[in-house]
Amino acid sequence: MTEKQKLVVIGNGMAPGRLLEKLIDQEPDAYDITIFNAEPRVNYNRLMLSPVLSGEKTYEDIITHSDSWYEENGITLYKSAKVVEIDRIAKKVTSKNGITATYDKLVVATGSNPFIIPLPGHDLKNVLTYRDLDDVEAMLDMADKGGRAVVIGGGLLGLEAAAGLKAQGMDVTVLHIMPTLMERQLDPAAAFLLRRAFEDLGIDVRCEADTKEITGKNGKVAGVRLADGTEIEATMVCMAVGIRPSLDLARKSGIECNRGVVVADDMRTSDKDIFALGECVEHRGECYGLVAPLYDMAGVIADNLLDGSSEYHGSVMATKLKVTGIDLYSAGDFAEGEGREEIVLRDASANIYKRLVIEDNKIIGAVLYGETSDGPWFFDMLKKGTDISELRETLIFGQAFQGGTPLDPMAAVAALPDDAEICGCNGVCKSAITGKITELGLTSLDDVRAHTKASASCGTCTGLVEQLMAATLGDAFNPNAVAAMCPCTDLGHGDVRRLIKAKNLKTIPEVMQELEWTTSCGCAKCRPALNYYLVADWPDEYADDYQSRFINERVHANIQKDGTYSVVPRMWGGMTSSKELRAIADVVDKFEIPAVKCTGGQRIDMLGIKKEDLPAVWSDLGKAGFVSGQAYAKGLRTVKTCVGTDWCRFGTQDSTGLGIKLERFMWGSWTPAKLKLAVSGCPRNCAEATCKDIGVICVDSGYEIHFAGAAGLDIKGTEILGNVTTEEEVMEHVVALAQMYREQGFYLERIYKWAKRIGLDEIRSQIMDQPERRKAYYERFVFSQKFAQVDPWNERVSGKDKHEFKPMAMIGLPSGSLEAAE
Amino acid sequence: MNMHTKIAAEKWVKIGTMDDIPRQGSRCISLGEKTVAVFRTVDDQVFALEDKCPHKNGPLSQGIVHDGCVTCPLHNWVISLATGEAQGADKGATAAYGIRIENDAVFLDIGTLV
Ligand code: SRM
Ligand SMILES: Cc1cc2nc3c(=O)[nH]c(=O)nc-3n(C[C@H](O)[C@H](O)[C@H](O)COP(=O)(O)OP(=O)(O)OC[C@H]3O[C@@H](n4cnc5c(N)ncnc54)[C@H](O)[C@@H]3O)c2cc1C
Ligand code: SF4
Ligand code: FES
Repeated sequence: MTEKQKLVVIGNGMAPGRLLEKLIDQEPDAYDITIFNAEPRVNYNRLMLSPVLSGEKTYEDIITHSDSWYEENGITLYKSAKVVEIDRIAKKVTSKNGITATYDKLVVATGSNPFIIPLPGHDLKNVLTYRDLDDVEAMLDMADKGGRAVVIGGGLLGLEAAAGLKAQGMDVTVLHIMPTLMERQLDPAAAFLLRRAFEDLGIDVRCEADTKEITGKNGKVAGVRLADGTEIEATMVCMAVGIRPSLDLARKSGIECNRGVVVADDMRTSDKDIFALGECVEHRGECYGLVAPLYDMAGVIADNLLDGSSEYHGSVMATKLKVTGIDLYSAGDFAEGEGREEIVLRDASANIYKRLVIEDNKIIGAVLYGETSDGPWFFDMLKKGTDISELRETLIFGQAFQGGTPLDPMAAVAALPDDAEICGCNGVCKSAITGKITELGLTSLDDVRAHTKASASCGTCTGLVEQLMAATLGDAFNPNAVAAMCPCTDLGHGDVRRLIKAKNLKTIPEVMQELEWTTSCGCAKCRPALNYYLVADWPDEYADDYQSRFINERVHANIQKDGTYSVVPRMWGGMTSSKELRAIADVVDKFEIPAVKCTGGQRIDMLGIKKEDLPAVWSDLGKAGFVSGQAYAKGLRTVKTCVGTDWCRFGTQDSTGLGIKLERFMWGSWTPAKLKLAVSGCPRNCAEATCKDIGVICVDSGYEIHFAGAAGLDIKGTEILGNVTTEEEVMEHVVALAQMYREQGFYLERIYKWAKRIGLDEIRSQIMDQPERRKAYYERFVFSQKFAQVDPWNERVSGKDKHEFKPMAMIGLPSGSLEAAE
Repeated sequence: MNMHTKIAAEKWVKIGTMDDIPRQGSRCISLGEKTVAVFRTVDDQVFALEDKCPHKNGPLSQGIVHDGCVTCPLHNWVISLATGEAQGADKGATAAYGIRIENDAVFLDIGTLV
């Protein structure tokens, strides 16, 4: 066996991410790989920064390569390690923090830097750029403080930044020096529609605005001044006026640079052992700023690193704007010119504008606004240079129209040729997707993303991919059944939860309006779910919607088959006393309660109580110190315990005491589905903690925390979260876990299903390994308990919801005389 | 069967005012053996049904009110407030009674009940 060659990569952005995948796919053992990144983190999907800024996604959602990926593939990743020197003689690179690595082959993938116009005031505090996660975090910080943001630059990035900042509640002004927005991708008509859509979002858009100065106060941004003298107050300025290939390092090392690092068709620089990749590259005089071409380059380099002889010949690009609610697609060249014709379609009432530019019977440019589903079809013909003379008359109506009848979208994707490109970012064609679906039996979008990469980058082709899945799988694929929360909406629970936060929605009618519910006031499925999400997300502000709760949660008792109710008071940790038992006995006698039972949850159930009697029953129980056991709630139910060190000869810790502590701390909290805990004093596990939502097993050295068990419709042993040594730590970990579940779980999703959905390791890592996160979860739980820990029985004994328990009127029959009940 | 179709003299009694019935909620009128549930929708329409689900007699007054219907609290049948008929694939109907609103007062037609 020959000694492995060493590959060093400088920069860990999207392009090298793709390169490494291709390399490992083809020959996992060809190289010892070391990668340096100036950013202090793993690799993430930069395209998705805009949804993170607007709050529709989190950083965790957009990670593309986690630490474990590098580990599994034996790649050494140095984070926060900016390379400052390439020694081409010794074939060695050195980072600012002193790490060195020698190479046989080197890839320079330093991306680009945002360009900062050297205006007076450009170095003030709160003048930000938009390139990486640090920028997003800085903008979110500013957004928290409110005020006005001025975005300089009305191109793709500037507009996405503006929409994100607006979604975060800032006032936003966009200053663009050209007469129309996105002038490089849009013609004036589309730009006009786009401008109006932004204005409708409440964003102040000013074109032909020439910024002369950023004014400051105490070293911070105070506003901007335009050439015409206009002054705009602002707390931050975001410069999004373009990017410049980052080539200082390459230039300093004597590699040939022009506008970017110059490469030949084989992607080698002037030094044959050094490749350049990504936005830092200049190829045949072009620099690229979108991922699709960079991915093409990555494929070429991967092949050439494995002794291939691939060549890159440049790429044509299509652009989509990723702002929720705005559909915009543009590709190619659409300037007017000699010999060029255009085909235009407008539908003002629907805000649709489509324009194709034709030259020599070929599409050379396409702009679509308002309805973009034909974008990939046009782009496909554009790239292939398809002769469109046959289609001319109907071309603009799109693919679905070809063949006479307006087709449904499904038939349209079915009609696409096998080599039609579906995912532009990743260059995935139709047959690659349908092939994998059939070969591997993929049924979910996530699986298709994982196996084909389609829709895994900017996500704008998701609809097409779903249609392809539907066309390939037939009835086996039903995205609505999988995804939609209920028939009132197409959105799934995850989207709804995210949008509630992102759009600051704080009442059920607001959610229904903003998320375009198709019914006027929801149904019995979505209303309780929305009510929970709002209670969980805005504990202090949201007023519980009583009419959106099931009867059990409305009257705080369990309805029985005959319309009577059962009442289960809390018995903390299953402990009781003669006084409590006597009070229960008295209540049973006084109200002639027909059945008394020990529940499976270590407490006593009184069954068959008439609704009218409930407040009086609670009043008597309350006097003996009982509160509601919430046996009806999607909330904390029971904490079972065993006798532990108090009595048991095997007990290792005070399991009873700990269980009671947990129950007293957590009672009253609402959760996505019911939440049951147990604490056992030793591994004999008499409290059955290993099939609970959260369980604790006491051991000599401390406590083993378990979670995600099930013993109802499904049976499943728990998973271990981790070990801790003190009761205080148990409290903090268990409470943090419960809060994480409260914030992420879907309504009616038990902990074990949630854990399966988001991954056990993710939960362990957040709760066990990230103390700050854990504490933050814990704090949020404590905060929400301030509003939740109110005994509902006592409230009703004191008169709340009085109408529930009394008839509105009693009419004596047959005389028809009326006597009012209140 | 829908009680409206029976021939019976109308007999209106005042059962209370609008304020007595919560929006998207319901109240009960007790008529000896029988209970009538009076519902108020989000847009302030008022309906009356016998408080008995056609499925297994679940108390409809305890259900969730939405879109002109109530979902039964026992097994989630959806019942039309206007006709008392079960929606979707379920079959059956519960008695519906007349309601009249004058100013703020709510009247129930107990003609078929007496
Ligand atoms: C009273 C009790 C049975 C008993 O006599 O022991 C009981 C009674 C009911 N259970 Fe239970 N469960 C009772 C312990 C359990 C347990 C055992 C436990 O808690 O250790 C389980 C298995 C563990 C679990 O939670 O999964 C259990 C799993 C279920 C399930 C299945 C849940 C699942 O996701 O798999 C349901 C159905 C549901 O929630 O959709 C259910 C639903 C019900 C309902 C609420 C059915 C209903 O919708 O009306 C019953 C209400 C009766 C009432 O009005 O009181 N009950 N139920 C127990 C009350 C415990 C308490 O003190 O609060
Ligand atoms: C907000 C936003 C939205 C976008 N949306 C789209 C879109 O919708 N569609 C699209 O196609 N494109 C989009 N782009 C552009 C796309 O993200 C880039 O084209 C792509 O990420 C470039 O990849 P890269 O690997 O060349 O560089 P980058 O992803 O920028 O990675 C370069 C990395 O190298 C690091 N680095 C630089 N110098 C050094 C050094 N000396 N030592 C070590 N590390 C170094 C940098 O810190 C950086 O992490 C968007 C970009 C942004 C910022
Ligand atoms: S197992 Fe639970 S849900 Fe089933 S009948 Fe018994 S109490 Fe009711
Ligand atoms: S009793 Fe109403 S649905 Fe069963």
